[in-house]
Amino acid sequence: MSFFGVDFARKKERELERKLRANDREYNLSFKYATNAIKTSKYHFITFLPLNLFEQFQRIANAYFLFLLVLQVIPQISSLSWFTTVVPLVLVLTVTAAKDATDDINRHRSDNQVNNRKVEVLIDRKLRSEKWMDVQVGDIIKLENNQFVTADLLLLSSSEPLNLVYIETAELDGETNLKVRQALPVTGDLGDDIEKLADFNGEVRCEPPNNRLDRFTGTLTIAGQKYPLDNEKILLRGCTLRNTEWCFGLVLFGGPETKLMQNCGKSTFKRTSVDRLMNVLVLCIFGFLAFMCTILAIGNFFWERNEGSEFIVFLPRENQNGAGISAFLTFWSYVIILNTVVPISLYVSVEIIRLGNSFYIEWDRKMYYSRNDTPAEARTTTLNEELGQIKYVFSDKTGTLTQNIMVFNKCSINGKSYGDVYDYTGQRLEITEDTDTVDFSFNLLADSRFMFHDHALVEAVKLENPEVHAFFRLLALCHTVMAEEKKEGEIFYQAQSPDEGALVTAARNFGFVFRSRTPDSVSIVEMGQQRSYELLAILDFNNVRKRMSVIVRSPEGKLSLYCKGADTIIYERLHQSCSKLMEVTTEHLNEFAGEGLRTLALAYKDLDEEYFIQWKQRHHEASTALDDREGRLDQLYEEIEKDLLLLGATAIEDKLQDGVPQTIEQLAKADIKIWVLTGDKQETAENIGYSCNLLREEMNEVFIISGNSPEDVRQELRNAQTAIKPASDEDSVFLPQGTVSNGPTVVSEEVANGEYGLVINGHSLAYALERSLELDFLKTACMCKAVICCRVTPLQKAQVVELVKKYKKAVTLAIGDGANDVSMIKAAHIGVGISGQEGMQAVLSSDYSFAQFRFLQRLLLVHGRWSYLRMCKFLRYFFYKNFTFTFVHFWYAFFCGFSAQTVYDEWFITLYNLVYTALPVLGMSLFDQDVNDVWSFQHPQLYIPGQLNLYFSKKTFFKCALHSCYSSLVLFFIPYAAMHDTVRGDGKDISDYQSFALLTQTCLLFAVTIQLGLEMSYWTAVNTFFVLGSLGMYFAVTFTMYSNGMFLMLPSVFSFIGTARNSLSQPNVWLTIFLTSILCVLPVITYRFLFIQLCPTINDKVMFKVRQAKATPPPPPRRTRIRRTSSRRSGYAFSHAQGYGDLVTSGRFLRRPAVSRSSGFPNIGRPTTGFSPMGRSAGYSPTGRPQNTKTPDVEVTSLQMYRTFSDPAL
Amino acid sequence: MGKVKEKPGPLARRPDNSAFKQQRLPAWSPMLTANTVLPFFYLMALICLLLGVWLLLTVQSTHEIKKDYTDLGTCQLCHEMRKDVSNANKPCSCRVDIPVEKALKGDVFIYYGLRNFHQNLRRYMDSRDDGQMLGRQNKLKDPSTYCMPFRKDKDGRPIAPCGAVANSMFNDTFILKYHGRSGPEVVPLLRTGITWYTDKNVKYRNPKTQENFTLAQEFNGTAKPPFWGKPVYELDEHNPINNGFINEALIVWMREAAFPNFKKLYGVLHRAQKPFINGLPVGNYSVEISYNFPVQYFRGRKEVVLTTLTWFGGQNHFLPIAYLVTSSLIFLMAVGLTVVWWKYGKGGKNMKA
Repeated sequence: MSFFGVDFARKKERELERKLRANDREYNLSFKYATNAIKTSKYHFITFLPLNLFEQFQRIANAYFLFLLVLQVIPQISSLSWFTTVVPLVLVLTVTAAKDATDDINRHRSDNQVNNRKVEVLIDRKLRSEKWMDVQVGDIIKLENNQFVTADLLLLSSSEPLNLVYIETAELDGETNLKVRQALPVTGDLGDDIEKLADFNGEVRCEPPNNRLDRFTGTLTIAGQKYPLDNEKILLRGCTLRNTEWCFGLVLFGGPETKLMQNCGKSTFKRTSVDRLMNVLVLCIFGFLAFMCTILAIGNFFWERNEGSEFIVFLPRENQNGAGISAFLTFWSYVIILNTVVPISLYVSVEIIRLGNSFYIEWDRKMYYSRNDTPAEARTTTLNEELGQIKYVFSDKTGTLTQNIMVFNKCSINGKSYGDVYDYTGQRLEITEDTDTVDFSFNLLADSRFMFHDHALVEAVKLENPEVHAFFRLLALCHTVMAEEKKEGEIFYQAQSPDEGALVTAARNFGFVFRSRTPDSVSIVEMGQQRSYELLAILDFNNVRKRMSVIVRSPEGKLSLYCKGADTIIYERLHQSCSKLMEVTTEHLNEFAGEGLRTLALAYKDLDEEYFIQWKQRHHEASTALDDREGRLDQLYEEIEKDLLLLGATAIEDKLQDGVPQTIEQLAKADIKIWVLTGDKQETAENIGYSCNLLREEMNEVFIISGNSPEDVRQELRNAQTAIKPASDEDSVFLPQGTVSNGPTVVSEEVANGEYGLVINGHSLAYALERSLELDFLKTACMCKAVICCRVTPLQKAQVVELVKKYKKAVTLAIGDGANDVSMIKAAHIGVGISGQEGMQAVLSSDYSFAQFRFLQRLLLVHGRWSYLRMCKFLRYFFYKNFTFTFVHFWYAFFCGFSAQTVYDEWFITLYNLVYTALPVLGMSLFDQDVNDVWSFQHPQLYIPGQLNLYFSKKTFFKCALHSCYSSLVLFFIPYAAMHDTVRGDGKDISDYQSFALLTQTCLLFAVTIQLGLEMSYWTAVNTFFVLGSLGMYFAVTFTMYSNGMFLMLPSVFSFIGTARNSLSQPNVWLTIFLTSILCVLPVITYRFLFIQLCPTINDKVMFKVRQAKATPPPPPRRTRIRRTSSRRSGYAFSHAQGYGDLVTSGRFLRRPAVSRSSGFPNIGRPTTGFSPMGRSAGYSPTGRPQNTKTPDVEVTSLQMYRTFSDPAL
Repeated sequence: MGKVKEKPGPLARRPDNSAFKQQRLPAWSPMLTANTVLPFFYLMALICLLLGVWLLLTVQSTHEIKKDYTDLGTCQLCHEMRKDVSNANKPCSCRVDIPVEKALKGDVFIYYGLRNFHQNLRRYMDSRDDGQMLGRQNKLKDPSTYCMPFRKDKDGRPIAPCGAVANSMFNDTFILKYHGRSGPEVVPLLRTGITWYTDKNVKYRNPKTQENFTLAQEFNGTAKPPFWGKPVYELDEHNPINNGFINEALIVWMREAAFPNFKKLYGVLHRAQKPFINGLPVGNYSVEISYNFPVQYFRGRKEVVLTTLTWFGGQNHFLPIAYLVTSSLIFLMAVGLTVVWWKYGKGGKNMKA
């Protein structure tokens, strides 16, 4: 948060260069560097009140009321007693202060927790455990594995070879993969020798604190020798040490000066569009208020000149003021009286409503995911109504649409397809949860979570079918998976991609258990027999090759090459003898692809010993060559991977989350546009697009933009545009360049003549997002029903969101689960995190989180819609009731000489918003629903009015004001005409000021209450209680206020004594109330009824339907599973990243002693520090094991703490 | 947000399945349908019509005689005289004739009316001290600053009652005379019982310090309001207990009118003796006015009103007519809506989603 910066800047002028000396606290202290204590809390016990009040009065509404209060103290101006302003103001301030206080207590708590973490610090030549907050710049500290880095450190030495350390930087940049940092050799030599370290007196000169995470410059001077320092030697606070036993570091920046903290100012408040509109309206109201007051002041001027001057006898002017001064004072007096047009309780009520609706989201059972016990969570409570206005949804793919679970589903081995289940008549059966699963109990090492339904395959394995065995042997050998066996028989696989994991797991269950590997061997258990294959080469996967091979020597000494890869690639390299098998397999592949499965073809060949030795030699030469190493290696790979023999094909299901296609269909019906932004490759993304119903076969065309230069991309975009809108005139397509630079223009919605889809590649997207092309891209994309961006970087995700935000006046929502989605979640109006999956980054930066993508439709179509509806109803009604209330004063001014006399009793003015009308409107805004959730789902079109801002806009606001104007006219002039010349039945007074005030306020209260009744479409018992209770409350309070006792206590404050008794007993008073109520309400009913009859809205139609049905609608028809008969070949089962082959063979990461080839059982030396790649690519889970590798009760990390903001709007 | 309840078990964080939390509270969802709206409109039209007719009949049964006497007849002279401030304390009386052509039966009320007198100006209304008029000693001796500039007189004595409202009290007096066969006869008027019970008994009280003090003694040390001819304890010469702050004419005046044109109750016919037992008989009447209250400063008018009343109050035709007009408007709207509904909405034909 910015106040760090502010504090820092205040304390001293900017630091230009940082100088420090290790182990020399005295020297370092002379610079007054910040210690490592952090402070995110704002207040202290004593400073809370003044600071908090100061902050609250910075808000315009509060400041306005303070200003009113000041005005009221001036006797010449004061037209209301002080309590009319003080009571609401104090109430509002107290509520806000209480909220701020609890927030701050939480911050104190987390500060304390972080500050009191322990770390080992080298002090007085000894390692001592110290609190984090006591660590100072220049200290040397020792970190251990899995510890958070305490401060920004210069890495001195580590337990690992070459002084390497591994860190996870997820909290800093959201990347979950491990990064390597390496210490200088000169410091690395210090090792963990405490004596040496204590003697270390290197001096560091480096840059001043800044927020650049990727850059560091400085020098280290040891014994006169200078060494350059860069980012590779720095450990930043917020990182976590992984796979490193210990390391020593020198503190460079502490606490608020660390790069993590310097980066924390960026979080921006999200405001809803209703918020922004409200701010504009409040400004308008201020203007209007000034306008009214000016009119009244002018009126006062003329009145004073013509009439008032003649009334002086009875009411002498003070100090003989003239009409001008009187008009001036009247202006301010009316500012006080009419202050209720700017309702102070508005903001508080809005916050309460939002809070309530957030609770509903958290309480919703239908958004609770029982599998991992995750309820939905509203992490931000201020954005609810915006959920009802979403126009664009940006979704991540992996983990969001898909479960990121790969399931080995089918395979084709030697021309026979396995995986389908048939009944005895030969009819293919739908696989459901009840379908029999294959019993793998024969295999002790089987993974019990693996499911397969086709018994034929197991039998084939048991019958020792050689092709089947070769097939699974290949799967068990040809991969880069790591195995971890913590307990005998409990094997965990860690794979680069979940696909690979799924394949290896399949092999494991079918009796070919991959057990362990060393850089040069792979141990597998083949049908219960331990065998170790010598790993001679890994021909790794990459994007161009689209295949990977291993060359192994079997225990028998046979040399083989096993290869798996994309079918097209493999087919090119097959031996002619396989042509027959190819045909059959192709058929199977098409079938698999049609079901949306990801396929791989498998092939092998036996190698000639001599040839291999010679090849190996050339391989070695090539891999050490200096020029064109890649090219030469590729050539060598190409050479050996030919004349392969086809074994078969695998089909892996990238499991969609439950209900994803239905959700997407629903959202599409609600006119929400869904863009999928994924880091995956094009084929995979497209494939998922089809399987989740985003792209459809019936679409007129799916454009694929994959140009490699701006011109190509522009051409492709324009082609697409002309295809979509052949008739569109050229001018609109070729926007003049000048208009682009004139700030954001709003691109209007254009209608396409059909359904189109757009798929754009990452590198094309980079061009498309350039200034010159972005409008073209946006126009094309917005005309398409579905947009898929593949191979996008996290930054690009955010850029796409920003682009839409910039040019479309639409509300965006981004949903994702991983660290790479954080940027877009932050960029979008609403960010949604998928919780309960890998990592917490997305959730931590999101506004809402839940466990399943399908909950999105409930969040939007039910909660969002209701929230929006409620908020708009609330605002409409709230403005109505306050305007009506206020305008009556305006009319009265013409009868009381513009003297700023109020129409109502002051107590009524005080309590009107707080007591008499607060609960009914809150009740409405917390409970109202036009139709229930089932109907909301049945009619997603109900969502569309929200996107078009139909319920609350400047126009509706204006209508409200007009309506209020009418009501106030009725409310003033009917009582006026009825009363001004009337007496009671016994001849006594009824037309006196106090009776009139009581009559008008009662009329007003009845009118606004009935109006509320008209607005409310969902009368629960609570609502009824609130409405009737508030009316009852009004009478109770009124009679109390006007009672003898109150008067005798404070005669001048409760001077309305007896008015209620004397006035409300009169029939003509009640007849007047009745007449005003009728006249206020009937036009509204007429207007609405006419609208319902003549042009009913979608809401009216659905509500009518509900009435007709009189019961809940029948459940939506069970959707038959969408089965595509498509010839589309799916993408195949590799992620696009470079493979792990290098790591596997280099041994750099494998620090465990090599396993002796004969025993095969690996000696797992340090299981906790074993290789454990972090992040999505590694966290695969073939059978639904919860992927959350972090424990759920993870410590509060420093970044999390910054998400507790208070809203300045309050 | 929300504290998660600590429940053991795999579904520990599952939200409660209560109707409130799941937003399934039973509720009544009304909708504006023809079945409800149209009958409602017709019913309302009927109710308003009936009310209007009834009220009209009621109001017609009252009888009211109004006489603006500001510069009428002999009062013209007094009106001229009051224009000169130096004559403020000179008495002036005049006579206005009021012929009664139709007997005013039952209770007859006599009002004085003022036009263009703004009792509702904010500074005017504030200029009073309810505490003082409640008889509080401290306020009697030291009135509230709201009473400025009628708080203390030139000698520094507190004014009782203080403030602009009391100071400007209407001080014309009327003597109603009946010119019957037996010569002119004073119509007896009751000057009490003209205030709200609460005002007379709760809101206004005379100061009371010692049992045996007279009213004059109680008000010792206070000054009369500058515009008044008599101190507050001598307001009613005929009825000693109608003096001080509880003088009913004063209480009536202190109940400020909401609008610049108003009338206030002056007295009620005392129907104790003939020929007034049944009200005012037909005949010639005159009002002897002691013309004290100056209205020319603010171009005001003064009037005297004789009226009979019903339960509904005085002769105000607004409400009956308003009800009749409203009734016809509602009826017209109802017919219009019926036509529209018949043409567009009948049987839900406009509701095809």
